Amino acid sequence: MRYVDEFRDGTLARGIADRVAHEVRPDRSYRFMEFCGGHTHAIARYGVVDLLPAQVRMIHGPGCPVCVLPVGRIDNAIALALQHRVTLCTYADTLRVPASGKTSLLRAKAAGADVRMVYAASDALRIAREHPQREVVFFAIGFETTTPATALVLLEAERAGLGNFSVFCNHVLTPAAIAAILEAPRGAAAPALDGFVGPAHVSCVIGSAPYEPFAAKYSKPVVIAGFEPLDVMQAVRMLVRQVNEGRHEVENEYTRAVTRGGNARAIAAMAETFEPRPTFEWRGLGEVAGSALRIRDRFRRFDAEARYGIVYRPVPEPKGCECGAILRGAKSPSDCRLFGTVCTPENPVGSCMVSSEGSCAAWYGYGRFRDAARTA
Amino acid sequence: MNAREKAYVRPVDFRDGRVDMSHGAGGRAMAQLVDELFLAALDNPWLRKLNDQACFAPPAGRLVITTDSHVVTPLVFAGGDIGSLSVHGTINDVAMAGARPLYLTAGFILEEGFPLGELRRIVESMAAASREAGVPVVAGDTKVVEKGKGDGVFITTTGVGVVPDGVEISAERARPGDAVLVSGTLGDHGVAILSKRANLDFETPIRSDTAALHGLVAAMVEAAPAIRCLRDPTRGGLAATLNEFAQASGAGFRIRERALPIKPEVHAACEFLGLDPLNVANEGKLVAVCAPDDAAKLLAAMRAHPLGRDAALIGEVVEDPQRFVQMETRLGGWRIVDWLTGEQLPRIC
Repeated sequence: MRYVDEFRDGTLARGIADRVAHEVRPDRSYRFMEFCGGHTHAIARYGVVDLLPAQVRMIHGPGCPVCVLPVGRIDNAIALALQHRVTLCTYADTLRVPASGKTSLLRAKAAGADVRMVYAASDALRIAREHPQREVVFFAIGFETTTPATALVLLEAERAGLGNFSVFCNHVLTPAAIAAILEAPRGAAAPALDGFVGPAHVSCVIGSAPYEPFAAKYSKPVVIAGFEPLDVMQAVRMLVRQVNEGRHEVENEYTRAVTRGGNARAIAAMAETFEPRPTFEWRGLGEVAGSALRIRDRFRRFDAEARYGIVYRPVPEPKGCECGAILRGAKSPSDCRLFGTVCTPENPVGSCMVSSEGSCAAWYGYGRFRDAARTA
Repeated sequence: MNAREKAYVRPVDFRDGRVDMSHGAGGRAMAQLVDELFLAALDNPWLRKLNDQACFAPPAGRLVITTDSHVVTPLVFAGGDIGSLSVHGTINDVAMAGARPLYLTAGFILEEGFPLGELRRIVESMAAASREAGVPVVAGDTKVVEKGKGDGVFITTTGVGVVPDGVEISAERARPGDAVLVSGTLGDHGVAILSKRANLDFETPIRSDTAALHGLVAAMVEAAPAIRCLRDPTRGGLAATLNEFAQASGAGFRIRERALPIKPEVHAACEFLGLDPLNVANEGKLVAVCAPDDAAKLLAAMRAHPLGRDAALIGEVVEDPQRFVQMETRLGGWRIVDWLTGEQLPRIC
């Protein structure tokens, strides 16, 4: 398949691997964080680490939309479905995230809540049109990848004057999260990061420019990379070069899709419908100023938070769950005592075990044989 | 004389009629439906007796019995429907013991309001699949549930077969060094079904691979009577079958992504839905494990059969106390091939 198979080619991969191995300095290590769950998934699914030299260590970042959503927001969504009896439309990954009191959207659905899995925000709008007697709420989550689609349904709902549709907005912003990771105290157990593999799909929307301020401020190189394994390997090679040469620039490996300015129409639609929240709680990162979006006043009647008087209550992490430290890149999945025993994809305790982009799910589903090899 | 002739009964209205509660109530309406639909389509000497059971003399060898319920949505899909699927699925479960399937039984759960015309098409498709396979449906049952308590039609089929002496096919028999083979392209059925699901509905030329595999199995058993394991990778796909073999045998499995036969269209659909073709269901494929010395002749026998044309040697059994199924990726790295978690759901990002 074009644009896919050539980016998974074993011969090309060996070529890049040889060059990376040739360029790394034997006397130092390279610790790179792949911000996105899409990269985490690609690294695990294709066994990219098997092709990288031992000096290069990939640290998984918080860029998994389902993983960073705090439990309190899922509780809010469940309350919408169970108490307000709305038709709640949600992306599939969110269904299985454990909420307070051993609930989840999937369990709420089994208990009679009207929860519908949708593939696109526009499906939620369609459901609202088809069921004018029902109150339909779209549970909007995700980074700048999914935000433009939500912006478009808000604009369409306004244009059509839909009275039974609203959006529970949980959209978050990537650059603020990367800055928060660099600001967070990492401790002796987790040495500093040497650079970032920057987001693929998010960058298609926002462009590469928004990463420039903190690459300069924190002196960290960023290489934006596509979600295919060869993209990741090429980005690692570019990061190694920047580190070796003492540079800290924003470079773009994903030139087939990402420009410096991004997608102007998507950016305009987001700016028209959303504004930054003063602060938002992230799982693992805590409250991060200016890191999320809320719906502008003009669209207030489509804002589920206003419409149903949603009050956010923070919920403590489950006991023993290391999702927070894992999302900050301070721990790896197998450092968690619950990993693979109490917490599995079938019975996830933390959100990182739910989404296939979560670090724990990726390690469990694709990479855990390496733990066995280490202890053997 | 006329009085002795059967009085006129208005035939079942297959054009506009719908299933109602009387069709399962045991009265005349049910008898008429059995007569005009099930008996007419599936006709054979056992059904014609209208007994509550079928009697037959057990042949030589060991008897095999299996049962399978079919609840597929949509009921009709490219390449088949719930009727043919319910015949093929159970024949295949019997055949995977190396057995020759002999007889089937079928239980129908019908939802009130289901169009009788659609039911007839399904039963006729079932009859055609049964005739083609040479395995008659010798007993059956029909129940009707109230509207909203079913999903159109559910079909449970039970199959009986016989394994020749000397054939010992079972999941726990895989041992390190053995070869692992598949009979053809993976994921066709699951993608054909998913493409017709209500909120997906994408265009694809992919057809379900639903087929009865007992002929292929017979050819394989003849070529290599010492085959160790056979299984049809239905729900959960190849990944589930290999993990079942690994659990049962206490060994690990190593396969090569490059060796897996997958149609480009299936690969593309899985890419765009965020699915792993190794988790996607098949209904006309099998996975075989055999001693390394048998691999070449088994593969040749499979490829000589129309249902095994695309057969491939995909990997081998290894020693691994952890019983992992691992795969060398196209890229050259390694990963686990795990069981499917939850339902197959697309990723969002």
